[in-house]
Amino acid sequence: MRIPSATKEFISDLIANNKREFGRALDEYREMEITKNVIPHAEGSAQVVLGNTKVLCGVKITVGEPMHDKPNEGNLITSAELLPMASEDYETGPPSPEAVEIARVIDRGIRAAGIIDTAALFIEEGKVWDVFVDIYVINYDGNLFDAGTIAATVALLSARMPKLEGEKVISEGIKDKLKTNGIITSCTFAKVANKVFIDPDGNEEMFMDARVTIANDGKEIRAMQKGLRGGFTLQELTAAVAMSFEKHNELKSLMEKTLGE
Amino acid sequence: MSGSGEKPELMINGKRLDGRGAKDLRSLKIESNVVKNAAGSAYVEWGNNKIIAAVHGPKEALPKHTSDPERAVIKCRYMMAPFSSLEGHGRTGPNRRSTEISKVTKEVFENVVMLEMFPGTQIDIYVEVLQGDGGTRAAGITAAAVAMALSGIPMTDVPYAVSAGKIGETVVLDLDMIEDNYSDADMPVAVKPLTNEVLLLQMDGSFTKEQFKEAMDMVIESGKQIRQIQEEAIKKPYQDIIGRYEK
Repeated sequence: MRIPSATKEFISDLIANNKREFGRALDEYREMEITKNVIPHAEGSAQVVLGNTKVLCGVKITVGEPMHDKPNEGNLITSAELLPMASEDYETGPPSPEAVEIARVIDRGIRAAGIIDTAALFIEEGKVWDVFVDIYVINYDGNLFDAGTIAATVALLSARMPKLEGEKVISEGIKDKLKTNGIITSCTFAKVANKVFIDPDGNEEMFMDARVTIANDGKEIRAMQKGLRGGFTLQELTAAVAMSFEKHNELKSLMEKTLGE
Repeated sequence: MSGSGEKPELMINGKRLDGRGAKDLRSLKIESNVVKNAAGSAYVEWGNNKIIAAVHGPKEALPKHTSDPERAVIKCRYMMAPFSSLEGHGRTGPNRRSTEISKVTKEVFENVVMLEMFPGTQIDIYVEVLQGDGGTRAAGITAAAVAMALSGIPMTDVPYAVSAGKIGETVVLDLDMIEDNYSDADMPVAVKPLTNEVLLLQMDGSFTKEQFKEAMDMVIESGKQIRQIQEEAIKKPYQDIIGRYEK
């Protein structure tokens, strides 16, 4: 079991007084560092460091088969791996429900925002491109949803598009980019002591009553996920939605800065 | 040795494809404490290999039947990321190769870690290959040794590992992926530098007695260089702290 570095009373008292550890405001993200192309073997990759949370995303693009119900579309396959080195709570073995939820929420945002045009991944009958998005959690300190969404989006937006020469996939040294549209960000809010705040860290996640993630593309909400026992009032949710649009521009400019480098 | 298609010329005028001579190591960098939640961790960039090793523990050995009342048990997981290779998307989860590598890695550390000091506990070693380019088990052991030292768990020595092999009839050090695929021998070796005891030895291909001796000499010689980089990585976090006080 993971041992938090602060007690529940300490965290709750701070938040009840609109304060947080390390002098953070309720609407303030931790410092975020985004690096792209960290794994040159992968077609796309990005690392996001959010406080002490460290997430790596690798994108592999390979030839595969279409789904039976969508014979003219390629596939987007998103997985999350909560590495046992990342936290005392993570264990080796098949993906935990937590890992599955994180992967599916990130996948939904990217899919709903139309970042990847799966129809453009069609090669010929029975043959399509598979885009694998693998999210690797290297160190856990809260808010894997946002760090994962941002890592996955930057990895996809910077990915090269391999070429098919006969049966052979040529990827190394290719300049062509994977075709993408738009950008998506996600904002995760937590509730402690009946107050809602953004970007929960590991201590805050340990004691939070409820959590909600809102992904938007700047114009529209594209995915949402509420978690845990506690509830949110309608007022709290509308405020969170408004805040997620405000933060979108902040996060987007960080991502674009990395993508432009 | 599992290379398919035409075998490329791996050595021209005594130089290898990346410009190295037979006895040259690839570039090697080790960064300390990259995983904050681990007791000790290290990130190694060894040529194009990018690997994180982390150590957790000692902690209560679970499930109970795995615990040993006399000493700590070591559990090791070596894993390749699905995006680590240039070709294709790897399958997640253990396979026969990663299971074997996990086992031989664990056995290296069973030799050097002072297990009797922590009866009933387990020490976890995680080796995650983020990008692989030949020699990942050796690079993983070299990184895990730094992680173990940084964790503060007492060890009798800090081991290192490197592979030697053979291109044609030339014995070479530190094979990369292309060389590994088409070489005539591949031999990863882990060594305890105080005594030069060999803690891991695997080999496939073909070596004469003389070539084996030459390869081992090359490994031991390169060990001085690897060991120095490991030492610097282990000292770095402490030097940073001292630096902060001297300011």
